[in-house]
Amino acid sequence: MNIMVFIKQVPDTETKIKIADDGKSIVEDGINWIVSPYDEFAIEEAVKTKENLGGEVTVVSMGPSRAESALRTALAMGCDKAILLEDAAFEGADAYSTAKALAKVIEKHNPDLIFFGKQGVGNDNTQVGQLVAEMVGIGHIGTCIKLEIDGDTIRGEREIEGGRETIETKLPAIVTAQRGLNEPRYPNLRGIMKAKKKPLEKLTPADLGLNADEVGLAGAKTVYVSLELPPARQAGKKIEVEPEVAAKEIVEFLKNEAKVL
Amino acid sequence: MILVFADQRDGNLKKASKEAISEGKRLGSALSLPLGVVVLGKGAGSVVDEIKKYGADKVFVSETPDAYSPDLYAEGVAKVAKENGAKIVVFPGTSMCVDFAPRVSAKLEAGLVTDITATEVKDGKLIVRKPVYSGKAIATVEFKSDIAMVTLRPNVFELAESEGAGEVVEFSVEGEAKAKAVKVEMKEAGKVELTEATIIVSGGRGVKGPEYFQNELQQLADLLGAAVGASRAAVDAGWIDHSHQVGQTGKVVSPKVYMAFGISGAIQHLAGMGTSQYIIAVNKDPDAPIFNVASLGVVADLFKVVPALIEEIKKAKA
Ligand SMILES: Cc1cc2nc3c(=O)[nH]c(=O)nc-3n(C[C@H](O)[C@H](O)[C@H](O)COP(=O)(O)OP(=O)(O)OC[C@H]3O[C@@H](n4cnc5c(N)ncnc54)[C@H](O)[C@@H]3O)c2cc1C
Repeated sequence: MNIMVFIKQVPDTETKIKIADDGKSIVEDGINWIVSPYDEFAIEEAVKTKENLGGEVTVVSMGPSRAESALRTALAMGCDKAILLEDAAFEGADAYSTAKALAKVIEKHNPDLIFFGKQGVGNDNTQVGQLVAEMVGIGHIGTCIKLEIDGDTIRGEREIEGGRETIETKLPAIVTAQRGLNEPRYPNLRGIMKAKKKPLEKLTPADLGLNADEVGLAGAKTVYVSLELPPARQAGKKIEVEPEVAAKEIVEFLKNEAKVL
Repeated sequence: MILVFADQRDGNLKKASKEAISEGKRLGSALSLPLGVVVLGKGAGSVVDEIKKYGADKVFVSETPDAYSPDLYAEGVAKVAKENGAKIVVFPGTSMCVDFAPRVSAKLEAGLVTDITATEVKDGKLIVRKPVYSGKAIATVEFKSDIAMVTLRPNVFELAESEGAGEVVEFSVEGEAKAKAVKVEMKEAGKVELTEATIIVSGGRGVKGPEYFQNELQQLADLLGAAVGASRAAVDAGWIDHSHQVGQTGKVVSPKVYMAFGISGAIQHLAGMGTSQYIIAVNKDPDAPIFNVASLGVVADLFKVVPALIEEIKKAKA
């Protein structure tokens, strides 16, 4: 099976955010870059599927050259080869123009099964996998927590409000991974050593048959006009009293302040 | 036209859908555009009257397809949007809409901003705000496409009933579903849904085991008509199902009151509940970071406070 997994490099979730001088991006100095947590589930599922059904896994990312290290992590986890979409023209992309470029990679390589994380933490768009599915014209299973492959039929469970639903579709298809799908493996030393020798190809918009104005900021449908720190939340009253008194205070608060009792 | 998609399953209109229709109406007033609401799938017909209460000028109804299909639902909404010249398409941020709204955006070649918490109309254009980096920053976003699409964070936008022409237009969604729901299992029917709850009673590692979730915290939640939430530590320990997890890798919630019992307040947890209107925290560690955001902080042993609180609420309700 020809499997493809798309990943994004994002700031570590512990990162303290500082707004850059342009007022619409973050200061990138000193940030610890990681594979977006949901993408780890996607990588794991891709590698597991290969281990069960045979085939090859290609891991793909769009980003600056530092994103190479995210790809090497995926290779160390068991992916076989990597593609990096790296070009100044890709910068400033939104979900739409990202999907536009990634869809071309799929059209070029015709994978049977494609994985995404359900969202890249940071911009938290929750869109790219589904956008690509629509652009390529195939089915998708979103925020998948359990996956079954039976010939060319795949079924995935997803959480809905108050329950679960099972979505069925045919290969080729896209699955976006949610926490619960699996336990991602840690890359071990042997994997990391092997990853260094695995092939990593770089592609530009031209390689994908796209004009520079279709990708990145030029091809985006939405644009950040500003980025601000949220107003600091004010800590309110803090009490250290007997449990019975505390209980009374909470009830008073629910009644008089929050007005929910 | 402002077009709102109303998420319903088997004739149950989600509260988040009513919020989306209310917001659609407000945008319609600001831009002098009529409000259309589209509702699809089994049970669609039975929610039309409820939709009308929130000021719909037109309600586009289709009982097809009979099961949820991301591609067919997208087909249906895109068709209505195109035929009626929709300028803005609004979705509630439900699990269904988060799943298929991007497909509509691809079909309409329209920008989509998800999980928004505020809107503004400036020079006849929609500008929206959304929390990013787990709520550590707020982005203001503009659209470069002719059509603007958004999904709304549930429980943030106010409900408002109003008047509208209320014309009903039936249509059908045709085509073959590439993907579709073949099974739906409701596990917690009748329980308050986390993302829609007004009050959330949440437990963390301090709760020390599954029993406390099932007994005391559930009892407290039932008394308050609240939903039960949890930190990742409690979920990872296997004390409660992942569907209850609040935070960056769990659910994002915006209740009126969030009650945190034995939760330290890690950044990834705050990411999921930082937009709660009021936060009440009970923690025995006076330096727990949750106290930095708590409207009411109680430094105490939760195992002593919760039973007392249950008694106090019973008294208050008697
Ligand atoms: C990528 C990533 C994603 C994450 N996503 C999430 C997420 O979605 N949601 C989430 O919650 N976390 C998430 N985390 C984990 C997060 O960093 C914390 O580890 C977690 O929130 C801690 O849970 P806790 O507060 O219940 O446990 P702890 O941090 O262990 O805190 C327990 C608290 O209980 C208090 N306590 C103990 N006993 C009592 C008692 N008897 N009475 C009163 N108080 C008591 C203690 O003082 C302490 O403050 C994520 C982490 C990472 C790296």
